[in-house]
Amino acid sequence: MSTPEFDRSPSVTGTARVKRGMAEMLKGGVIMDVVTAEQAKIAEDAGAVAVMALERVPADIRVEGGVARMSDPDMIDGIIGAVSIPVMAKARIGHFVEAQVLQSLGVDYVDESEVLTPADEANHIDKWAFTVPFVCGATNLGEALRRIAEGAAMIRSKGEAGTGNVVEATRHMRSIRSEIRRLGGLDETELFAAAKELRAPIDLVRDVAEAGSLPVVLFTAGGIATPADAAMMMQLGAEGVFVGSGIFKSGDPAKRAEAIVKATTFFDDPDVIAKVSRGLGEAMVGLNIDTLPQSQRYADRGW
Amino acid sequence: MTTPVIGVFALQGDVREHVRTLEGIGADVVPVRRPEDIDGIAGLVLPGGESTTMYKLAAAFDLLEPLRKAVAAGLPAYGSCAGMIMLADTIQDGIDGQHTIGGLDIVVRRNAFGRQVDSFEADLDFAEVDGGPVHAVFIRAPWVEDIGAGVQVLARVEGGPADGRVVAVRGGADGQLLATSFHPELTGDARVHELFLRMVRERS
Repeated sequence: MSTPEFDRSPSVTGTARVKRGMAEMLKGGVIMDVVTAEQAKIAEDAGAVAVMALERVPADIRVEGGVARMSDPDMIDGIIGAVSIPVMAKARIGHFVEAQVLQSLGVDYVDESEVLTPADEANHIDKWAFTVPFVCGATNLGEALRRIAEGAAMIRSKGEAGTGNVVEATRHMRSIRSEIRRLGGLDETELFAAAKELRAPIDLVRDVAEAGSLPVVLFTAGGIATPADAAMMMQLGAEGVFVGSGIFKSGDPAKRAEAIVKATTFFDDPDVIAKVSRGLGEAMVGLNIDTLPQSQRYADRGW
Repeated sequence: MTTPVIGVFALQGDVREHVRTLEGIGADVVPVRRPEDIDGIAGLVLPGGESTTMYKLAAAFDLLEPLRKAVAAGLPAYGSCAGMIMLADTIQDGIDGQHTIGGLDIVVRRNAFGRQVDSFEADLDFAEVDGGPVHAVFIRAPWVEDIGAGVQVLARVEGGPADGRVVAVRGGADGQLLATSFHPELTGDARVHELFLRMVRERS
């Protein structure tokens, strides 16, 4: 079955299309933080599209303090073995060796995450150098485009992880979306000034202005605790949702996980959101962002 | 020639890419999230995504049984990747209690090519598609482990550790069901979707 008259490209892994395509498959879904294989099973059974394996959920990192690092490889292996859905894991900002280790373990996506303690105060990881794709956080469009220029294949709004307070996620998603809309109204000359203001490569700025969207999938994260939180972020333009402490720090994780999955799919149907919001038990307690000391604002990490 | 209305299963996955590809070749497209959305569609597309999530949501929102009935009654359908899993009669390496829409007499192995670091793109010969090889994007893709009588193999992987694995099939009682392990909706090449539209037009 050969057609010698056509040139054929050889089989290749780790391309931008394969990395970004993986994120396309997660759209409309919920990715849940888990710290044990049992939690990973609960997430999979609730309909999560992927799990994020980490040692402590952000709410516990806040309470316990100390340096937060990549998880123990045994723990990541245990989670990979327990579920059949994709497994993501976090590396510290700039810690390219943690990322190498995660790739070697076979995780499906690396989150270069501000929730962990940064390992490099000037540089993020060169993500083009990896076969495994990366997701990175962003608080605004310029930050998102700088991460994409470094090779990120998926962006999530940062929010403020571990607070159960959606206000920062809302701020970041609104900021990214409104800056994208603004670019659409600029002419070619003005795009150069916009690229300078955004501190982002002109080619990416031009692509965003033309397409009216990022060249990669945009999820939301950081503070989502209820089905209504998830649905609001989807209505604001997120293509899917990361839920961290919000599920396993609540009264009935299995039920809340399933409710957030359903509310993410039917984000535009208040009847469904109302129905799934009933009888979920206690939500995580949550923190007010105003009272957080500067050193505990994770969204300010990364640049 | 009438414009067929194609429903795209829209509970989760790369719905937008299928919608864009189908609209680009002249189809009218409607999202399918509820049982009533099936009424009036001439064909069904099941996107790429996470098959366990698709199954759970379809069951929870009473979409699974109506889709089974419609496909069993002869509704043409095309599934890519997770969509292939949803159309398969039998899954290997699914999660406990994972069911499908079915209709296609094949055994599909989930995540058969490995994890995301093994995801790849390659050119494949594709029967019933003219104009040279199809550039195929495989993402944590399944492959077809076994096929029943009457199922036609359209494409196989060429070379590498998975050489010869079946990655595209056509089946169903009247050959009205199409499935690929890979994602033609990600490449801008609409020939596989054109084949599906021809299949839909043949029946309507």
